Amino acid sequence: MSLFHTIETGMRSLLGHRLRSVLTTLGILFGVAAVISTVGIGQASSDSVAARITSLGTNLLTISPGSTFSGGVFGGSGSGNSLTMADVTGLLDRQNAPDIAAVAPVSQGRVSMVSATGNWSTTVSGSTAGWLVTNTRTLDSGSFFNATDVATRAQVIVLGSTTASNLGVGIGDLVKVKQIPFEVIGVLSPAGSQGFGNQDDLAVVPITTAQGQLFGGAGSVQRILLSATSPSTIGSAYLEANQVLLQTHHITDQSQADFTITTQTQVLSTAQAVTQTLTILLASVAAISLLVGGIGVMNIMLVSVTERTSEIGLRKALGATPGDLFRQFVIEAGTLTAVGGLLGVATGLAAGYIVPRAANIAVTITPLPVLVAVSVAVAVGLVFGVYPALRAARLAPIDALRAQ
Amino acid sequence: MELIQLEAINKVYGSGDAAVLALQDFSLTVSAGESLAVMGPSGSGKSTLMNILGCLDTPSSGRYWFAGEDVSRLNETQLAHVRNRRIGFVFQQFQLLPKMSAWRNVELPLLYRNVEDRRRLALSALDKVGLGNRIDHRPNQLSGGQQQRVAIARALVTNPDLILADEPTGNLDSASSRDVLAVLRDLNEQGHTIIVITHDPEVAPVAKRTVHVRDGRLVEGVAA
Repeated sequence: MSLFHTIETGMRSLLGHRLRSVLTTLGILFGVAAVISTVGIGQASSDSVAARITSLGTNLLTISPGSTFSGGVFGGSGSGNSLTMADVTGLLDRQNAPDIAAVAPVSQGRVSMVSATGNWSTTVSGSTAGWLVTNTRTLDSGSFFNATDVATRAQVIVLGSTTASNLGVGIGDLVKVKQIPFEVIGVLSPAGSQGFGNQDDLAVVPITTAQGQLFGGAGSVQRILLSATSPSTIGSAYLEANQVLLQTHHITDQSQADFTITTQTQVLSTAQAVTQTLTILLASVAAISLLVGGIGVMNIMLVSVTERTSEIGLRKALGATPGDLFRQFVIEAGTLTAVGGLLGVATGLAAGYIVPRAANIAVTITPLPVLVAVSVAVAVGLVFGVYPALRAARLAPIDALRAQ
Repeated sequence: MELIQLEAINKVYGSGDAAVLALQDFSLTVSAGESLAVMGPSGSGKSTLMNILGCLDTPSSGRYWFAGEDVSRLNETQLAHVRNRRIGFVFQQFQLLPKMSAWRNVELPLLYRNVEDRRRLALSALDKVGLGNRIDHRPNQLSGGQQQRVAIARALVTNPDLILADEPTGNLDSASSRDVLAVLRDLNEQGHTIIVITHDPEVAPVAKRTVHVRDGRLVEGVAA
């Protein structure tokens, strides 16, 4: 029998058993659609984690002090107070650090603030004018303090939007921190509570004022934030900062360094690894449903062989060779899975369009999982179609004819 | 000229203590153009004989010459080709495919040998059995006698050397039976070799020669 007639015979038989064909197709359809949409959801959450971390500033580097070592006891990393304002000055040197765009020392603590109408407890950071750039923040109203304010220990404060509204203050109002009056000169635009804590509940004052009047410890800095000139210069900014600090700390051996520099890229790659694991988990669940769909195809084809025993016997009596019957059944199984696979792609794409609009769950469809899902579906159909096809081909014609 | 020559055929089913000897030392010769009725009660071995004559099964021992070719040692695929090209079957249960029209059913054997012009050949075969006006009817739209005539057309369409009918009237009323037997007799008169297997004495006269099978052995001539 020619291939064309085998295909024609297979199609006739599928159309002759519509309900059975539709049910089998559904099994594969949902398997493929599940793979596409779950991988899409995983991809979208991975993208969104990356975007959130980027919004924290991709070109941001953070310098923390090294650990302390006193009386035979190691303090944790960051517990030392090796960073100073001298480091900040060194890092601001365009000659030694051309790829560093902005530098902001940070010295922070939790304090209570009192305004004319209320009181509120929050984190106050002492910093310099570079704070705004390194934290990628903008002002909603007013202005940020400048180098002169830092030099003169001006008693000025910039508030996060939540802090400002909780204290019930605006530009020009006074708030008292540890009994010291500060004038509110700026309020930050909301940044949301993405990532690490509420970015809108904070206050910033000149670092000199903070060291002198709030926390003490003149000259010591808890962290230094750096902004590279662009995301692509993070690497060189890292090396420059490292070099500057080794020099200002008079350290020649890198392993003795009393500071640590971290970049957002490290955080980013960790977060991406986590979401990737989640995606793999989701995809495995979906792959299992695809396998179940494949076994469904095999069951239906086996039922079909049993149910059509007398037809198979008749075809054999009329001259169908074992090869003819094998091909017919493989073509039937392959067609069911191919159609199911394509409809599954359509359903998966439709889900990718509807779900984000209906349920506020982001879905990102990429070509790879679609291709993989379809090829796996077709492979599953052919593999699981072969066994029933062999059964059909091997039936003895006399037994098959008697089976009525 | 001999179309069929069975030489000392034995057919054993099962093995060991459970072995059943369905045909014993069975020899038979049928000439081209002959019409033969094979009679015997159920369990006599006539179904086994029909399977071997129809190349649906192979003998355990002995030789089967069909049109000069030893078909007793062929493999499944080769047997399928012999059935397709040389033998037309008519079954008691008609064995029509229910989802197909009459002419599609008749066309079936032609599909397995890549013939052009299948529709014309199918229509002409239906014409020969008097169903030229029922070509698009499905089996369930036809009477039992008409269904069996469609099955005969299907057996005829490849112009086979042998038409093998197994209890062709077993499922029919007497009027339809007469119809079907008349068609078979006509075909024999046109030169087709016909073997009818039956237990019904009223069917046997369709053939010019009758043989009897008893306990797997051949008994020639009138009922013993």
